[in-house]
Amino acid sequence: MTAVDIAVVGAGPAGLSAAIEGARSGASVLLLDENDKPGGQLFKQIHKFFGSREHRAGTRGIDIGTQLLSEARELSIDIWLNAEVCGVYDNNELAVVVNHSTSKTVRAGAIVLATGATENAVSFPGWTLPGVMSAGAAQTMVNIHRVLPGHRVLMIGSGNVGVIVSYQLLQAGADVAAIVEAAPSLGGYGVHTAKVRRAGVPFYTSHTVLKAEGADRVESAVIVELDKDWNHVPETEKTLAVDTICIAAGLTPLVELGRSAGCHVVFEPTLGGWIPAHDSYMETSVPAVFVAGDIAGVEEASTAMEEGRLAGIGAAAVLGYYGADERNALSQVVWNRLDALRSGPYGRKRREAKEVLLRAGENAT
Amino acid sequence: MNMRVEDHPILGVLDNESDGVRVVVDGEALQARPGEVIAATLMAHGRSVFRYTNRRGEPRNLFCGIGRCTDCVMTVDGIPNVRTCVTVVRDGMVVETQRGNGAWGRCDDGR
Ligand SMILES: Cc1cc2nc3c(=O)[nH]c(=O)nc-3n(C[C@H](O)[C@H](O)[C@H](O)COP(=O)(O)OP(=O)(O)OC[C@H]3O[C@@H](n4cnc5c(N)ncnc54)[C@H](O)[C@@H]3O)c2cc1C
Ligand code: FES
Repeated sequence: MTAVDIAVVGAGPAGLSAAIEGARSGASVLLLDENDKPGGQLFKQIHKFFGSREHRAGTRGIDIGTQLLSEARELSIDIWLNAEVCGVYDNNELAVVVNHSTSKTVRAGAIVLATGATENAVSFPGWTLPGVMSAGAAQTMVNIHRVLPGHRVLMIGSGNVGVIVSYQLLQAGADVAAIVEAAPSLGGYGVHTAKVRRAGVPFYTSHTVLKAEGADRVESAVIVELDKDWNHVPETEKTLAVDTICIAAGLTPLVELGRSAGCHVVFEPTLGGWIPAHDSYMETSVPAVFVAGDIAGVEEASTAMEEGRLAGIGAAAVLGYYGADERNALSQVVWNRLDALRSGPYGRKRREAKEVLLRAGENAT
Repeated sequence: MNMRVEDHPILGVLDNESDGVRVVVDGEALQARPGEVIAATLMAHGRSVFRYTNRRGEPRNLFCGIGRCTDCVMTVDGIPNVRTCVTVVRDGMVVETQRGNGAWGRCDDGR
């Protein structure tokens, strides 16, 4: 049995930030991640972030990741890699499997769940063929392993993940045949969309993929137009010669550990589905169990880092490392930045959804 | 077929593979980059079928890329159902295309 003040599950931007904030208070912190490298989604993000300077706009996700890691090392945060957390039990005990072989128990004064999200799938005839993959899988292949998943790609979904991964596939030398979007309008931020459009990639709104064809891998895809009731419009099928189809159809928070801990969850489609309700310090309905990042509602890396900070401060305060006044003052600074991030047309929708979660959280605690 | 991204506008030129490792895939030795996952090595060499399904014998390879869907499993060093998207290569590793649920212990080469 290992005992720590704060155990943080998931070493993405949210978990790293929570661990750093927790350790700054003087608490002992253990950070666990199932991967062999920390960073979560950050090291796949080779584009520059935008927003204000405090949000490290203009900095690439990979550089932010490197910076967070060195801060974590300076604060002597204990990091377990290849450590999968399988359950959260009474008395704040975590069941952990290390290196796929050894089981360990960690008892923590407070727990921060920062497990991120998983990508949604879309099924259609041929979707199991080699060459059909999640956009995240393609992003990992090109940006981390430097391998092209194919030469000519059809992207399904025009949200940020869809357009960013399309651009990164272009940068790596692939050809993007088209981006299809089932909704009548495009989903991603204008800057990202514009870059892909300038590169000559056609966008098809109100379109979906009908099927993928090929023997041992994708050789072509058929797309079709949708009417306003989402029915296929006859005779609008187009066949595209592609060897790869990437699916970027949104993310779903990975809340299993929250459920295992007994957290009250709320359904909030704008933020990805079932989400643990939490208060403004990121504490769930279970005392001393916190959430941060995509598990607390799918947004982006910048908001994930701020939420991580809140959870780290909140966890430290629960353990007495901060008094209430100090906690409130530290948290307010972070909240001001979060409010700034959640402005504008896309941000406002998320903010409203977040407020529903917060209300549910205040009522549940 | 070489699918490596040798030159990249942001990530730069790929350093040479002098310290690379080799994995043996269905009897063929393939050059791998240290620290990469098995699925990356296979894709770099243009291999698109990782396994065939149990009942219908359909081809599969990478889908989620984060160890959740099990689409990418192969037999590695005699152990079936190893997720190649999260398993890092090691010099001398023996990787086999898996049929159905696979079989244990094809390590009959004296290792
Ligand atoms: C493919 C993809 C591309 C994206 N691109 C962008 C982008 O370009 N810009 C942007 O701002 N946002 C992007 N996002 C959104 C992204 O999810 C957030 O930006 C951010 O990474 C969320 O941070 P997080 O720390 O909550 O989760 P993550 O970064 O996902 O980190 C969670 C970590 O927890 C680990 N984990 C999960 N469960 C367990 C467990 N049981 N035990 C141990 N460890 C566990 C995971 O393996 C992972 O390392 C992208 C998301 C995806 C999936
Ligand atoms: S591709 Fe999903 S587990 Fe490997």
